[in-house]
Amino acid sequence: MNPRVLDRTLIYGSAILLAVWVLIPFYIIAISAFTPQARIFDYPKPLIPTTFSTDTMQFFVEARGVIPSVINSLLVAVFTIVFGLALGTPAGYALARFHFRGREAFQVIVLATKMFPIAILSIPLAVTFLQLGLYDNLVSVALVHTAMALPFVILVTGGVFVAVSHELEEAAQTLGCSRWGAFLRVALPLALPGLAAAAIFTFVISWNEVFAATILTLRARTLPAQVLAGLGTSPLGFKFAGGLFMALPAVVFIFMIRRYLINLWGSR
Amino acid sequence: MAGIGIQNATKLFGKTLALKGISLDIRDGEFMVLLGPSGCGKTTLLRCVAGLEHLDGGSVRIGEREVTDLAPRHRNIAMVFQSYAVFPHMTVASNIGFGLRMRRVPKAQVDTRVREGAELLGLVPFLDRYPAQLSGGQRQRVAVARALVMDAPVLLMDEPLSNLDALLRLQARADLKRLHKEVKRTTIYVTHDQVEAMSMGDRIAVMRDGAIEQIGAPMDIYDNPASQFVGGFIGSPPMNFLRGAVRDGAFAGDGFSVPMSRPRVDLQGREMVLGVRAEHITISPDGVPARVMVVEPLGSHALVTALVGKTAVKVQAPIDVGVRPDQAINLRFDEATVRWMDAGTGAAVQH
Repeated sequence: MNPRVLDRTLIYGSAILLAVWVLIPFYIIAISAFTPQARIFDYPKPLIPTTFSTDTMQFFVEARGVIPSVINSLLVAVFTIVFGLALGTPAGYALARFHFRGREAFQVIVLATKMFPIAILSIPLAVTFLQLGLYDNLVSVALVHTAMALPFVILVTGGVFVAVSHELEEAAQTLGCSRWGAFLRVALPLALPGLAAAAIFTFVISWNEVFAATILTLRARTLPAQVLAGLGTSPLGFKFAGGLFMALPAVVFIFMIRRYLINLWGSR
Repeated sequence: MAGIGIQNATKLFGKTLALKGISLDIRDGEFMVLLGPSGCGKTTLLRCVAGLEHLDGGSVRIGEREVTDLAPRHRNIAMVFQSYAVFPHMTVASNIGFGLRMRRVPKAQVDTRVREGAELLGLVPFLDRYPAQLSGGQRQRVAVARALVMDAPVLLMDEPLSNLDALLRLQARADLKRLHKEVKRTTIYVTHDQVEAMSMGDRIAVMRDGAIEQIGAPMDIYDNPASQFVGGFIGSPPMNFLRGAVRDGAFAGDGFSVPMSRPRVDLQGREMVLGVRAEHITISPDGVPARVMVVEPLGSHALVTALVGKTAVKVQAPIDVGVRPDQAINLRFDEATVRWMDAGTGAAVQH
């Protein structure tokens, strides 16, 4: 075998292995979620579903607290996107445009916040939030999610604005725009697809986050917190349905924005 | 209408002095070229006039108005960028009309002026296209049209032709010169291409290391470079330089001696550099001995590179010159066109 063929075999081989590693559990969850309650313990499990039913999904959606927690999750995700973009876009823009003192250090520090597991941060955060009276409320969860998504938003928007030539904004300035007007009319429209990608990724982070949501809420639970709360006592079908329900948006969105993610990470 | 006055302009980038107190007066309607190698400060100076950079010292005046501290949009200028900076998310028509819309010109008037601008640059068939669907030359013309329709008295251009291929550049050069004749805006044109500078400028300011080395009409600079740097930068091939000392009616250097029929008392005994252009050297039996290194036939003439002593000298010879590498020849320098520079400072001395 010549080295090029070997290279490709290795690359494709590992890619397939990784894909299978991720897809098999997902597939089993998916088919189980659409298997009638009675057949769920069948063994060996048929890999191609023979019976199809929406009973399990229906049971999950109709369970007490699920619908309100979905609404909570959506609200938290929307708040997180608003906070994340409002704070992250200017920071990313600054990273892309200005060569200020400590720029490199700032970039590293932004990433370094990702080193601390949320489990370690959660206890002091919970204490702080208690002191601030921000307990058991959607905004507090959104704030934690914002903190988690922010490094990502900053680095992505930074990459997006680097790709928008500064000369375009300067041209707009010579043509009668203020600095701010040039940003709004030229840089922002051109950055919009990238910002949308960042927003969607933020949504996925928030939608799936369970730890902070569990610690910070009692009644105002998001979907992952709600599912986790009842995990020990709920029937297996409920777990499968919940798992699918939570994974689906992430899979769909990642699929939609994969072009931007590849652009971003492939080109740097 | 407006001339431009730059007084003692200073600009610092970190600890480097990018502009070392430049003063330059540009007349109303003049086409002024800023010429120099990369990093000489020519683009920085242009950006300071545009208001995209802020001066650390000195002042800029446009017309009667002091604009040193004004934002670009308040300076009444239009600019063409090196990358063209055509907005990719707008059609050609919206691009050309962008500045007018920002100035809140009524829509009907914007449309007429966009059309006029498009006609002037041959862009009418492309008005509804997006920049991605245009060639480089067409995009460049969009950028020029967008600047022209502003009717600003001052037009600033930052290497607008450097991204075009050679043939297109030739065409665009002539087009820009024709446009300037038609619209008569005061223009500052930045380039590192001396041919562009020679062919387009009313005057050229040759820059080096953040200072202006010489200002003058193109042929004046070509014939009488103020320094060895200018002579070497302007002209293709650049001016030839020989280093030596003036002694007893001759200029003698390492392995050569050039007779001087006109004695120069002022140069007697000084270390000098002799500068002479390729077209002012002839191959003739009674000249300075030299050895041919390379002969390059260029169609209209041949470029002969010969060693005079240890220095390579380029000679413009007739195409049928008939010399071969390694042949011994003699070169005659046209004494009236020879220029003398001080070997230490490089500055030209009176001739």
